[in-house]
Amino acid sequence: MPKFKIERAVAPLWTRPLIPLIAIVVTFIITSTLVVMAKANPLEAYYYFLIDPLTGRVSALEVLVKSTPLLLTGAAVTFAFSAGYWNIGVEGQLYAGAIAAAWLGTILGGLPPVLAIPIMLLGGFIAGMLWALVPALMRVKLAIDEVVTTLLLNTVILFFVSYLLNGPWRDPVSGWPQSPEIAASTMLPKLLPRSRLHLGFLIGLFAIFLLWFILSRTTFGLKMRASGLGRDAASFAGVKVGRTILISALISGGIAGVAGVSEVAGIHFHLIDAISPGYGYTGIIIAMLGALHPLGVGVAALFIGLLTTGSQTVSRALGVPAYLGDVVQATLLLVTLGAFVLQNYRLRRVSTSPPPDIEPRMVPGSDSQSGS
Amino acid sequence: MPAVLMRGITKHFDPVLANDRVDFTLEQGEIHALLGENGAGKTTLMRILYGLYRPDEGEIQVNDQVVHITSPKEAIHHGIGMVAQHFTLVPTLTVAENIVLGYSSRFRFDPAQAEKQVAEAATRFGIETDPQALVRHLAVGERQRVEILKALFRNARVLIMDEPTSVLVPQEVDVLFETLERLRSAGLSVIFISHKLNEVMAVCDRITVLRLGRVVGSVEKSAITQNELARMMVGHDTERVERPGERSQEEVRLRLEQISALNNQGLPALKQVSLEVRAGEILGIAGVSGNGQSELSRVLSGTLKPTSGRLMVSDQDLTGADPTRILSAGVGRIPEERHDGVLEELSVAENLAMENLGEFTRNGMLDRRRVRQEAQRLIDEYQIKASPTDRMRTLSGGNVQKVILARALARKPRVIVAAQPTRGLDVGATEYVRGKLVEQRNLGAAVLLLSEDLEEILLLSDRIAVIYEGQIVGVLPAQEASLEQLGLMMSGAAEVSRA
Amino acid sequence: MDSGFLVGLIAATFRVATPLLYGTLGELFAERAGILNLGIEGTMFFGAFVGFVVAGWTGSLWIGVLAAIIAGMLAGLLMALLAVHLGVSQHVSGLGITLLLTAISLFGFRLIYGEPRIPPSIDPFEQLTPFAQIPILGPIFQQYALTYIALILVPVVWWILYRSNLGLNIRAVGENPEAADAAGVNVFRIRTLALVIGGGLMAAGGAFLSIAQLGAFTYGIIAGRGWVCIALIIFANWKPVRVLWGALLFGSVFALQLRLQTTGLRLPYETFLALPYIVTIVALAIAGRNAAYPAALLKPYKRE
Repeated sequence: MPKFKIERAVAPLWTRPLIPLIAIVVTFIITSTLVVMAKANPLEAYYYFLIDPLTGRVSALEVLVKSTPLLLTGAAVTFAFSAGYWNIGVEGQLYAGAIAAAWLGTILGGLPPVLAIPIMLLGGFIAGMLWALVPALMRVKLAIDEVVTTLLLNTVILFFVSYLLNGPWRDPVSGWPQSPEIAASTMLPKLLPRSRLHLGFLIGLFAIFLLWFILSRTTFGLKMRASGLGRDAASFAGVKVGRTILISALISGGIAGVAGVSEVAGIHFHLIDAISPGYGYTGIIIAMLGALHPLGVGVAALFIGLLTTGSQTVSRALGVPAYLGDVVQATLLLVTLGAFVLQNYRLRRVSTSPPPDIEPRMVPGSDSQSGS
Repeated sequence: MPAVLMRGITKHFDPVLANDRVDFTLEQGEIHALLGENGAGKTTLMRILYGLYRPDEGEIQVNDQVVHITSPKEAIHHGIGMVAQHFTLVPTLTVAENIVLGYSSRFRFDPAQAEKQVAEAATRFGIETDPQALVRHLAVGERQRVEILKALFRNARVLIMDEPTSVLVPQEVDVLFETLERLRSAGLSVIFISHKLNEVMAVCDRITVLRLGRVVGSVEKSAITQNELARMMVGHDTERVERPGERSQEEVRLRLEQISALNNQGLPALKQVSLEVRAGEILGIAGVSGNGQSELSRVLSGTLKPTSGRLMVSDQDLTGADPTRILSAGVGRIPEERHDGVLEELSVAENLAMENLGEFTRNGMLDRRRVRQEAQRLIDEYQIKASPTDRMRTLSGGNVQKVILARALARKPRVIVAAQPTRGLDVGATEYVRGKLVEQRNLGAAVLLLSEDLEEILLLSDRIAVIYEGQIVGVLPAQEASLEQLGLMMSGAAEVSRA
Repeated sequence: MDSGFLVGLIAATFRVATPLLYGTLGELFAERAGILNLGIEGTMFFGAFVGFVVAGWTGSLWIGVLAAIIAGMLAGLLMALLAVHLGVSQHVSGLGITLLLTAISLFGFRLIYGEPRIPPSIDPFEQLTPFAQIPILGPIFQQYALTYIALILVPVVWWILYRSNLGLNIRAVGENPEAADAAGVNVFRIRTLALVIGGGLMAAGGAFLSIAQLGAFTYGIIAGRGWVCIALIIFANWKPVRVLWGALLFGSVFALQLRLQTTGLRLPYETFLALPYIVTIVALAIAGRNAAYPAALLKPYKRE
């Protein structure tokens, strides 16, 4: 009877796509308990979650609307993570872009949309980039971890938004804490009449495309991946890792800024406190679910958009609190993280193998068989 | 009654035979050296004694009792302590805290009491240390004393010291030897792993020489000379390779002038190293690992900035240059550790192209077809058993090394720095790599070869330099070098400055 | 500014600093052991929720607090499972836990209470009034029992960290896990323990808000205090006593801005709120990585 053991090895590539699928199934099983607690049928609930939104025009379009900011933040996070830069500040960079959009939206009114909108997008991109600059510089020049610095800046910009909305930017028309409505020519055009689907969705798809293009077709993208996968080996081979990380961080911030523009100029037309219910953090979930592959990230964004829409349907139809959607998302993230760890293990027949730190020898004949 | 008796110890690390029926006896109250080169099996043997490895065959007796030591905890229980080459101290804790860490099972920790106990132990064993000092503030020599005290605190009667002087400056070495002699007077026994002859002769009572996993002999210090020991260590002269006698009159391609550099611990690893390598020659640097070869390789690769000195490649001053500049100066590098040179998650083609991305870039776009084509060409030329799209992770060691070699040589470098190029490779790969280096030499490249394999150095080099404790202790033409002489130089017993 | 304002400010400072103290002391355990626990925000939220619900069910506020602590310990256990045992990236697992616990709490709240017009509430803790009639001292010492406990916890945590073997092990594991391992310390176990203890403390901070201060549970009950604690730890250079001063400082800033709002001062109060964060970032930049950063922070420990 051969002995088996679990050992560290690389799982074959074909198992990779299985992992998110397994994670989804496990997640739904786990969260079924909550559905049951809400006195509803899990299978019904997941029908409403996943299938129902796709059955009607309005809800299907709403899925795309909800996916729009997620495509952008997912792309933004993936950009940074791919280069080994843990940009947790996408949420704040999104707000920076939103602020820029709210401001530009009120002063560009005289321009035709074909000029105003690109300027809006560019402005948001730059704003996001600027908000990402300081932590990125601190990482590259001072070797200070970016996780905490980007996180703290998220909160700082929220305060700034609060200040703007309760102070100088308080809407004189309604008196509510929202910025004045942006000019009509700066609003993102709708893609379909009688829907909320706006240009932002196409921009989101473009961001995913851009992500794919840069990562797999450009030299810079290769340098990004090298920096993220092995900065010492990359540095040895002549890749300027510091510069690569800096640029990736800035682009990441810029895309997040565009997400902010998308929400202000596409949906709300004002800057409000709650312009982002955590899209930046959801972007991190999406990036991890998609395993940092552009296609995976795109699919994950749409999937989470579906879940978000579906959670409202579930709530309406079965009386299950809509927060179930958030629980499912977060559980999915954690289960996926755990599942990815599994890909580093394999069941293997027991054999003797050299320990990691054997001293070099002078007797020839020491290389083991190839492949693993 | 011997303190420790190891009989018939055999240990395989498939397919390597690290220890081959080794017998080792440690008497009470002696300092016993375990002498040998890299790969001789010294560390393996001691790791077996300390419970980190299990022997395939053989038995161990401690104080005439057969024991089965399965973990360091058990070794400590039997009174065996080990001071490894890399210290296991927590820098932000005090000396006392480090020593009692993991020792007490009580909940309360009283620093004053711990300091008192440590001070008492220190006095008892004559080891100078300040229990209240933060380890972070201690010099290396002091830290080593803390490590020793840690073992003694746990009632070790046998102390294994693994290459203890590799991190010490000369004054600290003297202090260490005094300490060890005091311990011997107190009745402890010390096993002193080393490759440095003069030190071994200075402080040890008996010496056991290992070579290729076997015991060559066990002698009293008083009964042997350094030269005889050196011969035991490296073996008798084997066949010599004939080499054209003339020295190269070509230009100097690579010049190091008084290069000094620090290692990762911030200690001097290279001390004013000066070397020259001419076009069309292989300069082999012989030395036991840990004497500065890694740092030398890193300085030449551009991943370590020297603290002083100059690095010249032909007429270019590349002192402190980063890898990009070094690459564009026409230097091909084979790093010491294969892992550190390749990106395992990327493909073979991507790794092959990594040092030369500019070639494959047009308008920022990566010409993937050309990358693949070039990769295929190199795969064919260097007989790499892989396809361009395979992930590096899946390649065997030999093929990884071929990729590194191909990458380094692809741009027809004028200078080649090869660090441990055949380490861990099978016969076929080893021959291939060596052949390629010689071929490059014949084509006119200046090759600097760093190798712990003395036979390899003798086989390939036109001239040989020996590095010992960060300094070049001699440079001589290959014909004039003998194994014994090199062995002496590598172990610090002789200095030759010719050529 | 009259003395009444100052006295009120001091009293409010202690109150506002209380959840910060619990949260930061909790995070301190985790980070000294080498784990950055970004689950703190969610853990505090979860603690507030569980504490509130259990207090309401059982009618006993202290049992509510106890339940919150247990909930926090479970949260710490989950973090340990992911970050310590499975070696998952620490910041993503921490963030994921924050998202999960926040969502579970909101879900649970909606499930239990629905959406009533009048939000459910409980009778919160009464404050202790040791110097009831005495001017100045009276108002300042009128604090919740949980606040007094938080203050006492500071020397307790100090003691555990520096005068117990557990604390010694935690410190070793956070600086050099290989050395600790070599000395026979079970790195995984110590880190798990630190996370569990820390989680309990964090949740207590959340429970304070729902059971003592508010007597209710709202969406914005934590409002980023968890992240403040992350900043506070850096500010306090990972030392327990400095955590106290930092918490009081941050607390006074928060309390001050509340009061300033009523006086109609022209300076935007958000500046005060943002100041601690900005100061922390600047402090990080100046101190650099030579701050008393536990050296092994954020590096998962892998046993070969």
